[in-house]
Amino acid sequence: MPETINRFQVRLGGEAGQGVESGGAGFARAVMRAGLHCFGLQDYMSRIRGGHNFYQIRVSEDPLYTFDDSLHLLLAFNRETVDLHWHDLVEGGGILHDAAIKVPTEELADSGVRDFSMPLTKIAEQEGGHRIMMNTAAIGAMAGITSFPFEWISNVVENNFKRKGSDTVDKNLRVAEVAYKDAQEQFGVDFPWKLNAVPGAPQRMLMNGNQAIAMGALAAGCKFISTYPMTPASTITEWLAAHAARFGIVQKQTEDEIAAILMAIGAAHAGVRAMTASSGGGFCLMVEALGLAAVTETPLVIAEVQRAGPSTGLPTRTEQSDLEFVLYASHGEFPRIVVAPGTIEQCFEAGHRAFNLAEKYQTPVIILSDLFLSNAIRTVEMDAINFNQIQIDRGDYLDYAALDRLDSAYVRHLPTDSGVSPRAIPGHENAVYVTTGDEHTAIGHNTEDADDRIEQMTKRMRKMDRAAQEMQLPIWYGPAEADITLVGWGSTYGALREAVDLLNAQGHSANFLQFVDMCPLDEDRITAEIDKIKRMVVVEQNFTGQLAHVLRGLTGRKADKRMNKYDGRPISPDEVVAEIVGEAVRV
Amino acid sequence: MSDLKIFNGGDKSTWCPGCGDYAILMAIKQALAGLDLHPHEVMMVSGIGCGSKLPHYMKANGYNSIHGRALPVAQGLKLANHNLNVIAVTGDGDGYGIGQGHFIHAMRRNTDITHIVENNQVYGLTKGQYSPTSERGYISSFSPEGALEFAINPIALAISAGATFVARASAADPKHMNSVLQAAIKHNGYALVDCLQPCITYNKINTFDWYRSRTYKLDEEDGYDKSSRDHAWQKAQEWGERIPIGVIFEDTERPSYEEQVSALKKGPLVQQELNGRYADYEKLKLEFV
Repeated sequence: MPETINRFQVRLGGEAGQGVESGGAGFARAVMRAGLHCFGLQDYMSRIRGGHNFYQIRVSEDPLYTFDDSLHLLLAFNRETVDLHWHDLVEGGGILHDAAIKVPTEELADSGVRDFSMPLTKIAEQEGGHRIMMNTAAIGAMAGITSFPFEWISNVVENNFKRKGSDTVDKNLRVAEVAYKDAQEQFGVDFPWKLNAVPGAPQRMLMNGNQAIAMGALAAGCKFISTYPMTPASTITEWLAAHAARFGIVQKQTEDEIAAILMAIGAAHAGVRAMTASSGGGFCLMVEALGLAAVTETPLVIAEVQRAGPSTGLPTRTEQSDLEFVLYASHGEFPRIVVAPGTIEQCFEAGHRAFNLAEKYQTPVIILSDLFLSNAIRTVEMDAINFNQIQIDRGDYLDYAALDRLDSAYVRHLPTDSGVSPRAIPGHENAVYVTTGDEHTAIGHNTEDADDRIEQMTKRMRKMDRAAQEMQLPIWYGPAEADITLVGWGSTYGALREAVDLLNAQGHSANFLQFVDMCPLDEDRITAEIDKIKRMVVVEQNFTGQLAHVLRGLTGRKADKRMNKYDGRPISPDEVVAEIVGEAVRV
Repeated sequence: MSDLKIFNGGDKSTWCPGCGDYAILMAIKQALAGLDLHPHEVMMVSGIGCGSKLPHYMKANGYNSIHGRALPVAQGLKLANHNLNVIAVTGDGDGYGIGQGHFIHAMRRNTDITHIVENNQVYGLTKGQYSPTSERGYISSFSPEGALEFAINPIALAISAGATFVARASAADPKHMNSVLQAAIKHNGYALVDCLQPCITYNKINTFDWYRSRTYKLDEEDGYDKSSRDHAWQKAQEWGERIPIGVIFEDTERPSYEEQVSALKKGPLVQQELNGRYADYEKLKLEFV
């Protein structure tokens, strides 16, 4: 077989606790440091030990936005992994496994799949003194099979174990090197997929969506996060918690999600930038308070990281089924802003921009992400996280210095043309005021008067008119004109972008329209974009086609075709292409 | 001592004439004035119910939230600006029913807030249904054959949940309530003041006279040690013929929650610099390379 340089995908599989995640993350980091791009997909079950987990790493010299369906190497930590995944290997691909694991040799041979059986545990015991280093042996062997220069593996091994002392580092290095050499000599010579370092490649970062949201929030001056643990949102809190002492953040675990959102509302009312985060089930508990934040005009940021529902659903699986829920959550009508990032860069932007939007419009802002985006890792350029570009806009915010100069009676919910009233930070003698979740007068007292109601309702809803003009239009990718437009949002970004490239390379004519800003949307501006579409194919990871509903409601345009996936697994570019091409063939 | 009148103001009350809440409102104003506080230094947080309208009927900062949720809002406010004197005002349904979960956790957390419960043993605003503190057998529109549950004991609950200040006061004795409230507001940590409050419209049992004839003051009781959890536990069981009022338990040793938070060592969160440490932020990126 001809050699393929730097275009490779490997999957590591095993039980939780066997080192699938650490092995995958370590290999990904080594590849990134060698100047290659990579994309890492985690697939795990809702349990601490056992079960089946896998980690898939795709490598390329070009930027990657998602995984694909061609698998070249499988690292199996147990027999189950072999049975579950070997069929996904391409011809010429192979299974790396410890010699103690038996594989269906004849079946593999019939399919052209190679058996890379190695004494990984024995190498760990002999060279390192403990079988626990079997993971290190496996990473070394993966590098050996792909002829990936060993220095990048030793770099990561040193890095990962330096906290445990030089003895541990040396033992692991020896294990990795022996496994590397054996694997290269035995299997690497004629393995067609090779990995080379890219000399002179710039330094890059390996990051997931939740980390990017958390960094965005930190940089925006988020000072308060109150949350209740829930997969897959918890890693936002975990990242901020790890940096709370250093950056002066109050991070609070609460008794439930109701307390989480209400503490954040309290903190925001006091004048600090505050957020909460959860997945759909936790957000369910927050919705009553969502209306409270809006009616008291409290700026609040909520990250809703979706997973497959309803109820507990598939707790560790991805889905995009909460769009319409967050657009309409809570009783009554009130202004809200919803942004749904689809890339790491967009997660970072959403993380800081949400706080500006919340304070500018004094209303809740929801960052709608999903599990796949939250935990898949991707190499991004250093300037993907650009702190210097962040502008802080606190809106009409009266701090104590501004309140010193206040020369008229303070009116918290003063009706204005924009609908935004100056927001005084409580604690100053020039602005002692009350606000309430009841409908209220301009000065914040309860009212049941019809005129008060109309005045305050229209004032609040007016804020959305201006926000709708500020919201960003959906983003086009690919040629300006195309026969088919794939429409999507959230973590399907990578699949749809790559599907467009593949389709166009095959002689089809396709482009991609990505919705990031979801609410409020301006009817005329969005209709003008949708009118550019010839054949509209809306691709979503949900059953009912929620973006398709929203767009039909807003613009009257019905999707010509919907592609929906709701098995909890992320969609691949190949699946999208197969669907589009298959349809073309059928026609 | 500040002038009580500076706390006068706000909206016209919708409480029934003769409601026990008037006495509680007056005692709160007296206590704040007695502690030389001013309206801008005080943040009243409430839930929903007759009693939770209280922040509207005085002059101070106020946040009237939703049913059962005053405590998390109050704690968030305190953590964001610990210079404010944060006082949560809830009813018994609000604080001990729908808000029970927050109640337990606020106590073990020990944020420095004062929690005043206007305990009238009935749901007044929704027209007379039984509450978590209604006596067993209480007949109402939702319990025509009498409530089957036993009433909860908020004092015992608070002591067992780790509250560092537990007190009871009576609307039939506003002067005494003033002194209890002052002690509660001064206490560093979560302070519960369960206020016995007659509902003159719906509760025909627990009236002003009913309370007057039964309550006695703990600080007039020889040998009562409010720092003793054992003493407090015994007093917490007393109800019926004799009802103790006053500070039942106080633990002055335990630090408040916010004293222990690293980010608050430099002062109130709201007065800290929003951001601007770009050099520090840049270093964060090295975690990912």
